[in-house]
Formats: sequence, structure tokens, C-alpha cells
Amino acid sequence: MTTTVKEKKAVKLDNITGSEAVIRSLINENVETIFGYPGGAIMPIYDALYDFDKELKHILTRHEQGAIHAAEAYAKVSGKPGIVFATSGPGATNLITGLANAMVDSTPVICITGQVHSHLLGFDAFQETDVVGISMPVTKWNFQVTKASEIPEVLAKAFYLAKNGRPGPVLIDITKDAQLENFDFLYQKVNKVPTFYPYPKINNDALLKAAELINSAKKPMVLAGQGIKISGAEEELKTFINKTGIPVASTLLGLTSFSSDHPLYFGMLGMHGSYAPNIKSNEADLIIAVGMRFDDRVTGDTSRYIKNAKVIHIDIDASEIDKNIKTDAAVIGDAKKVLEKLIPEVNQKKHEQWVNEFNELKKEEYDKVIKIDILPNTEKFRPAEIIHTISGKCKENAVVVTDVGQHQMMAARYYSLNTKNIFITSGGLGTMGFGLPASFGASMAAPDKQVVLFVGDGGLQMTIQELDTIRRNNSNIKIVLLNNSYLGMVRQWQELFNEKRYSFTDMDNPDFIKIAEAYSIKSSRVTKREELDSAIEQMFADNNPFFLEVVVEREDNVFPMVPGGAAVSDIILAKNDLKK
Amino acid sequence: MEKLFTLLIVTENNIGLLNHVTVVFTRRHMNIRSITASESKIKDIYTYTIVIKNTRELTDIVAKQLEKIIGVFKVFVYEEDEIIYQELALYKLPISAINEGVGIEKIVREHNARILSIEKEYILIEKTGHKKETQALLETLEPFGILQFIRSGRVAMAKPMKPLEEHLAEKENAYEYI
Ligand SMILES: Cc1ncc(C[n+]2csc(CCOP(=O)(O)OP(=O)(O)O)c2C)c(N)n1
Ligand SMILES: [Mg+2]
Repeated sequence: MTTTVKEKKAVKLDNITGSEAVIRSLINENVETIFGYPGGAIMPIYDALYDFDKELKHILTRHEQGAIHAAEAYAKVSGKPGIVFATSGPGATNLITGLANAMVDSTPVICITGQVHSHLLGFDAFQETDVVGISMPVTKWNFQVTKASEIPEVLAKAFYLAKNGRPGPVLIDITKDAQLENFDFLYQKVNKVPTFYPYPKINNDALLKAAELINSAKKPMVLAGQGIKISGAEEELKTFINKTGIPVASTLLGLTSFSSDHPLYFGMLGMHGSYAPNIKSNEADLIIAVGMRFDDRVTGDTSRYIKNAKVIHIDIDASEIDKNIKTDAAVIGDAKKVLEKLIPEVNQKKHEQWVNEFNELKKEEYDKVIKIDILPNTEKFRPAEIIHTISGKCKENAVVVTDVGQHQMMAARYYSLNTKNIFITSGGLGTMGFGLPASFGASMAAPDKQVVLFVGDGGLQMTIQELDTIRRNNSNIKIVLLNNSYLGMVRQWQELFNEKRYSFTDMDNPDFIKIAEAYSIKSSRVTKREELDSAIEQMFADNNPFFLEVVVEREDNVFPMVPGGAAVSDIILAKNDLKK
Repeated sequence: MEKLFTLLIVTENNIGLLNHVTVVFTRRHMNIRSITASESKIKDIYTYTIVIKNTRELTDIVAKQLEKIIGVFKVFVYEEDEIIYQELALYKLPISAINEGVGIEKIVREHNARILSIEKEYILIEKTGHKKETQALLETLEPFGILQFIRSGRVAMAKPMKPLEEHLAEKENAYEYI
């Protein structure tokens, strides 16, 4: 970051335009970076931006979807809301996928969209869409500004709402006349919004009940979710686990909330998660879910999920309690604060026998799956070995980004993540095309960090235009394309459940190296094992972007797997285990 | 088991809020049986009265999701025996109904309804009551030839004494804000 803007007090400026007010409001909220794309209805704001190039860095992506995914990752890395500008109509509708993604993955993003003149609203004017209506179900809050005087308060609210409580995306739609109107500007940060209740005070009875359940459990297990990362409770979780001796598993978005080399960590939950935690969930007598929401990819068939267990659910969002899974003790609150209070109430313990059982299953998975995946005797590359190898060569605080598909699950499984890593992936929405722009946003938030992207040949082509954004900013991003020339994850399902009827999953791809060259990004394609080490070395040799295409085994599968609709304990380790 | 639930949704007076509220129901394929919106005794605070038929479990989930909407203060969920409620019905009959001897006035009196206005061509009758009652009057009036009939959604009040301000203050105190 070249400019650092210091905390500013309330700012007052007479007779400025709504557009300038937008810019000054952002500066007041310590915004440094904006991802956006101009157009007619947002031109006044872009015109105002022209005078603030020292205070604000604007990144012109190549598509609005690229802008919002970049902003999402920027938010995850920087801890500040990601800011997006887009014009009305198609500009605004191009944001919808990103909003939905940010909504379900609790990411603070603030989108500012231009809108037609207020007197044209509802008349089907050129590039008018009801973006407030369209985005309503996929935003935490949205608002249409029709008067300049509303701008400071609405933006202050937007910042407060996006980042507090359970974070989420906000969209502010500003009509062109409001952007052009002059008014007397006064900016004051907001620290409360009526009807918004961000941080529940912790109920002591619930807390004590949870502690009692924990102290009397024989086979307890912790499910760690993204809430731990959002509240910054990694240390508290570690202390809690070290004291109670309870085995931990993580959700996809919870990865990095707990170090994967801790002896009580047993991997990821759910559909392509690890063997031990999936099987043991259904044997546990107590499930302690922290900052997670029992997504169906985690639970499998809920009617056969954790039926032997009492359930403690710790979450900041009361509407997640009893939504998918009934709880015995619900502690509603910020994960960090709850864990802080819970730690002194729980007994020091070791669950040796129980943990041994986890370790046996872990070993079985290692022997039957992992060892073969990462040290294959196949002629062709397997994605797991690539991820495993690169993981070993990355810095310990690297930002690891993925797209969606088999390579995503492989990255989640085989990249050895610790709490210093940042792992960025599209979880709840599974948005192909997320990865490349997200890697760029991550790099903008932390230019000094190593950013590694694992992407598939399908997803790469959904937002491939952002290679140009990476080129222009010379971002230090290592793009690793795991090219199986298939929509691999769908192909895997077709192989396992549709008798190999590969309906429209064969990709017949272009020459990706030529594409990388066209964008002046250094690149290399590897097909043979003996080429890999030198290619990786070349990739990490400098701080420029690099595009590494690894041609992998076409019909590789991700195992273990909980087949759709099965119980988590029916997880299989190989295709042969599939019940006919 | 499905039951009738009356939800009192206490909100700010914002454009688009009703839309946001109804989407929470439609997303779950829940049919809203009746809906009424009105200002409360507190300025700028509105109450939607929404009636649905569903299980307690799903209704509670929906109520919590409604409470998350920015603009919604609080959602109260009531079963039938926890509230007092009313609906309003209007009936338009041709003026000839007055002259038909059967004594429209007597019917109106017996049903605890009232004649709202008598015009040159028609008369208007108003009745407040539960659906069963307004329906009974509708059926009784049928032979006169009903020109138009309309019934409002339910408005409801909970039986307990606690005033809204107290509920809101309690909720306010249950949270922190920075
Ligand atoms: C926008 C979008 N469209 C479709 C899908 C469904 N889908 C999930 S994974 C996948 C295949 C991804 O293929 P690729 O990017 O090549 O990655 P691979 O699975 O081969 O590693 C598809 C089509 C999706 N998740 N997102
Ligand atoms: Mg592929």
C-alpha cells in the first residue's frame, strides 16, 4: 500500500457535490483501494475520483464480477470492507453473483452503483434496472440514495453494517442527480444502527450448561468454522483444545482457524473432508460447533447426522441456531468472547482412547488415499501431488486462493495450512470464476505476501479476462492451473453416479500458455514429473506474476467422498466402496 | 404438526421493507394467509400482522430470519390462544335489499354488524369479527344479491400486559454495539 490514510475525525465541507461526498466518505473510512468499472450512471463519481488519485487507488478490472470477487478477497485479507464501483443496469447486475457469494460466506463488501436520474426511476430508462430489488435477497442491507444529503449517513451506515456482527455485503445505489447535487457535507462515523443487533451479550446459563456438557462428555468433538477467523479466536480455540484435549475438525471456510499440524486436528469435515471426523461425528457423544452453520455439504443426510451426540452451538447469528441441527446448548455470541468465557469453566482433560480412534482412521486414510495421491506411481501428474509439492515450497504465511471444483477440494485437503496462512475460497456458493479475481484482490490487500492460486481449466475461463488486471498491476500471484481438460468435479459425479455419461464436461481447451503470453505473463507448461521442480523454482524466482499450467491425469477423483444424500459416516475411500 | 401462527413484526417505516419481509416467506414456499401493515402508537414504528400456517419449528426459524433484516426491531410469534384478534368485512348490497321484507336491519343487528351508509343504488354493511362470523353474515346476506364483499387481514394483540417499549428496551440491552 503506497498511501496510508490516518484516522479522520468528523469532516465538514460546505457546498460539495454528492459525488465528491462519496469519495470523501470513503477516505474518511480509511478506504485505500476501490475495484470498479465506470459507465454513464456513475460518471459523476468517477469524475470526482479523478482528483483523489493520491488518496485512493482505483483498480479497473475487466468485468464487474472480477471487481467484486477481488473486493471479497481484499476484505478477507485486509479485514476491511472491500469497495466496488459499478454503473447502473448491466454494471450492477454483473455484481449479483459476487453479492450472493459474499452474503453466504459472510464477507464485508460495499458496492456503490450508479443509477439513472431519480425522475426516471420506474420508467424503463436506458440502463435502469431495479438493482435494489434484485440484490435484496443477496445483501445484508441495501439502499437507494436519491438526494445528495443522504450520502454521508448512508455510507457511514454501510460501513458499520458490512463489518459488524456477522459481516456481509451492502449495496448503495445512488441516482445520477444525487451524485450531481450540491450540499453541505458532514461525515460522522456510525457506531449503532437502529434495528441492527450485532453482538449478543453472552447468556451465562447457556455458557455454564455448555461447560457442563463438555466436562461430562466422553467422546466430544469440535467443529471449527469461519466464525473463529472472523472473530479472531484462533488463539482461544487453541487454548480451549489444549486444555480439553478434544479432537477438532474444520469446515471448508474454517480452514486456518486451527493449525493442520496440531495432533488434535483431524482435517476437514463434509463431502470431501477427511475420513476420521466424518465417521467420528456419528459416534461422538458431544458436538461443539463454533462459528459454523451446519451446511448440508458438512452434514450429509441430517436425519442420520450426529444422532448420538448432544450439540453445543456457538454462533453470533441467532438465526443459525436450530436451523439445520437441533441444539442442546446454544451460546449465541462472538466466538472469541464465548471461548474466552468458556475456557475457565472447562476441565483439563485428555481423551486418549477417543483420540486414538481418530488416529487409526487417519492412518487408514493416509494409507489408502493420501499416500497414493501425493506419491503416485502413475505416469501422469495427479493434482494432489502438485498441491502437496507447492505447499512445501511456499512461505508459511502464503495466501492460498482456489477456484471451485476438484482442484479446490484437493487444495483444501493437501495444502498444509496453518493459522498464519490465509485460505480464500468460495464456500457456500461454490462460484466458479471466483479464484482468479480473488487472487488479485488478495494481492492488492497484501502485496508483500505470496499469493498462490489453484484453478481449474473450467473456472479459469469464467473470469480469465482478469489476467489483464494482474498484468497491469504486475501482482505477485502464482497461478497454478490444474488442467484436466474436464469440468472435473461434475465429471467425477458423472463417473460415479451417471455411468460415465460425460454429458458436456469435456473441455477441448485453448492453448493457455499462448493466452498467458498474450497477457505478457511468464508461463510454463509441465507434463512430466522431471520438469516440475525447475518449473516451480522458476515460478517462485521473482515477484512477478507467473502462470504454471500442470497437465494432470484427466479422470482423477477426489476421495474420500460422502455421496450426495448419504450419512457422513457412509463416507467412502475409493470408487469400489460405492454401494451399488 | 401445522398450526396457525400470527406474527407481529415490528419495523421501521422503510421503502422496500415489506418486500424484504415477504421474501423470507416465499423463499421457503410459505403462503402468507393474511397481512396487515399499520403504524404503531410509537411514531415511525410500524407493525405487520402476518398469519401463516406451518409447524412451530419452521415458524420460529423464519421469525429469527425476519429479525435479522435491517429495519426489523422484533418479531413476536403467537399461537391462536395467545392473542385477541379481529378482521373487518364490508358488504355491498343493492338498495332493493332494504325493501325485501325479511328485515335487513334485523339481520345486521343479530350479527352485531352495522349499516355504514345507504346510497341511492346500494347499501354498505360493516362487520368486525373473526372469519367464521364475517363468513356467516356473508352467507346470510347471499340471497339479497351481494354486489361486492371484502375482508381485511387480521390485526392482533397479544394477551400479556408488557408494552412494546419494554420489549424493545429489553432487546436493546441484550446486545452490544461496537
Ligand atoms: C458458476 C458455476 N457454474 C457451474 C458450477 C458447477 N460446477 C462445480 S465444479 C465444476 C467443474 C469445475 O471444473 P474446473 O474448473 O475445470 O475444475 P476441476 O473440477 O476440473 O478441478 C462445475 C461445472 C459452479 N460451481 N459454478
Ligand atoms: Mg478441470
